[in-house]
Amino acid sequence: MADSKYLVGVFDDGDELLHAVEDIRHQGVKIHEAYTPFAVHGLDRALGYSFPRMGVAAFLFGLTGTCCALLLTFWTMGVDWPINIGGKNFFPFPTNVPIMFELTVLLAAFGMSFTFFFMEDMGPTAKPIIFDVRSTDDKFVVAIDLAKNKLSEAEISKLLKESGASEVNVKEV
Amino acid sequence: MHVVSPIRETLVLNGKSYHDVTEDICKQVEGKPTKEWKIVFGISVLVLLYGAAWVFWTWWEGLGVWGLNKTVGWAWDITNFVWWVGIGHAGTLISAVLLLFRQKWRTSINRAAEAMTIFAVICAASFIVMHMGRPWLAYFALPLPNTFGSLWVNFNSPLVWDVFAISTYFSVSCLFWYIGLIPDLATIRDRATGVRKKVYGALAIGWTGGARAWARYEDVSLILAGLSTPLVLSVHTIVSFDFATSVIPGWHTTIFPPYFVAGAIFSGFAMVQNLMLVTRVVYKMEDYVTMEHISLMNKIITLTGSVVGIAYITEFFIAAYSGVEYEQYAFINRATGPLWWSYWAMMTCNVISPQLFWFKKIRENILVSFVMAVVVNIGMWFERFVIIVTSLHRDYLPSSWTYFTPRMGDISDYIFSFGFFFTAFFLFAKFLPVINMAEVKSVLKSSSEKYPEKKKTTV
Repeated sequence: MADSKYLVGVFDDGDELLHAVEDIRHQGVKIHEAYTPFAVHGLDRALGYSFPRMGVAAFLFGLTGTCCALLLTFWTMGVDWPINIGGKNFFPFPTNVPIMFELTVLLAAFGMSFTFFFMEDMGPTAKPIIFDVRSTDDKFVVAIDLAKNKLSEAEISKLLKESGASEVNVKEV
Repeated sequence: MHVVSPIRETLVLNGKSYHDVTEDICKQVEGKPTKEWKIVFGISVLVLLYGAAWVFWTWWEGLGVWGLNKTVGWAWDITNFVWWVGIGHAGTLISAVLLLFRQKWRTSINRAAEAMTIFAVICAASFIVMHMGRPWLAYFALPLPNTFGSLWVNFNSPLVWDVFAISTYFSVSCLFWYIGLIPDLATIRDRATGVRKKVYGALAIGWTGGARAWARYEDVSLILAGLSTPLVLSVHTIVSFDFATSVIPGWHTTIFPPYFVAGAIFSGFAMVQNLMLVTRVVYKMEDYVTMEHISLMNKIITLTGSVVGIAYITEFFIAAYSGVEYEQYAFINRATGPLWWSYWAMMTCNVISPQLFWFKKIRENILVSFVMAVVVNIGMWFERFVIIVTSLHRDYLPSSWTYFTPRMGDISDYIFSFGFFFTAFFLFAKFLPVINMAEVKSVLKSSSEKYPEKKKTTV
């Protein structure tokens, strides 16, 4: 698989990485991805990613949950086997609200989370590319795919150093 | 970007760096179990085995091993159930509600609190299955077609809502907990070798900490928090419906849902306080769980304790004001009848003693905080006992009035739940990071006293 060469800039601080990303993107460098030990707010915007819209998934799955619950309670109590309880309605709507609420939350939560895992290719057998193992500890890392950039390795390396990188490494994957 | 009011207390002491956080917390997972851990874990397992034997006996022999009689048909079983469910509210409350309110102090206690939630809900569910008497028919509570033996479940029943509420709460809490664990599991994976790397690698499901993943991750966490907040309120509301929709004086009260939810937060925070006070000493986490955390928890305990206090008094007032003789009798009997001691145990433990936390000296005393948290949980157990047993033991027919006395079965099955809870908690504390490293790191800059000034002002 060793066909791509990446330049890996290592920073000691999240804010430094954030500014470096802004700087080097301004210089026309295409960034593969930035890796941080915790969420650095604004980094996704600095990298030009669109706003995450996991809420759409949550809403659609939640709506599915509401409809399933309504269908389940209505069909069992109103259609399949109506039970006469003190002459009351076979299908009193308010008493089914708790079931609808619970199934809405259940499907929204699981649907959204599994959509997230799917979008990020996450799973127990996933083989992630780790550019620097310290990026889940205390280092803030930016990976640049040299094949996708017009600037040379030395030029990008210089830019990274100038914007505050404590190390610049080369990684082939 | 990181502007913090100077009056805010620091949340992480002794100028920890990002790497120190990783080291301090991973150390517990990576090292060999300590002697202390082996001792407490061994005791928990013994208690669990003793309890499990009794649970087996309960199932084998039937519910006759409990002290129930024909008047008091629900006693310790449902008391324990409601008590554990209540304790199980704190985790999601700390994570979800405090996340929505952007309370940074939640970061070092949320992991342990969520774990505790999950184990407490399992304990609660075990009493539901136990009190069925014939646990092999537990599937009757699920909406299965009539050919499975029963009719469709009755969706008008709060007991069926409870099945849905508790199972949804349990699954969503597990999910929330797991999603919070993923970045930390990746940290452990990246430090490990061999089998541990494989296991934690599979659990971390390929997390790399990429910026796009983090953006989505934060979005997912926020929405999960938004979904969990009404969920956590709905669960105890529905538990309270089990009583409130009945026609038993003392149960038939509209105040139950908010009153139960406040009580749940109250007991849940007390249990988190207990567990964290022990964990911080055993694992030397004094720099992460600070006096500020303990003090804030105590303030919430005082607030919720006062809320339940108002609920107790309101119940009395409404009973008097309703003019319903049976309702009035139920409450007078509670406070002055044969089970008066349980009522006053509840009042003292829940309403009066937490008021001591108005004094800063008491609020910031670790030993007092620990003892008070135990007292609160005793009080909350008595609250459920008072509601359940005192409302039942003197019903409409004086000839069937009785008293309730627990038997070995009641006591041992309750002990079983403690055995399970602590066994599970100690396993968690050994094999998973007890503090959310990624979140603590994210508040380090704004909340650590000694973080280099240069870096605070880079923006």
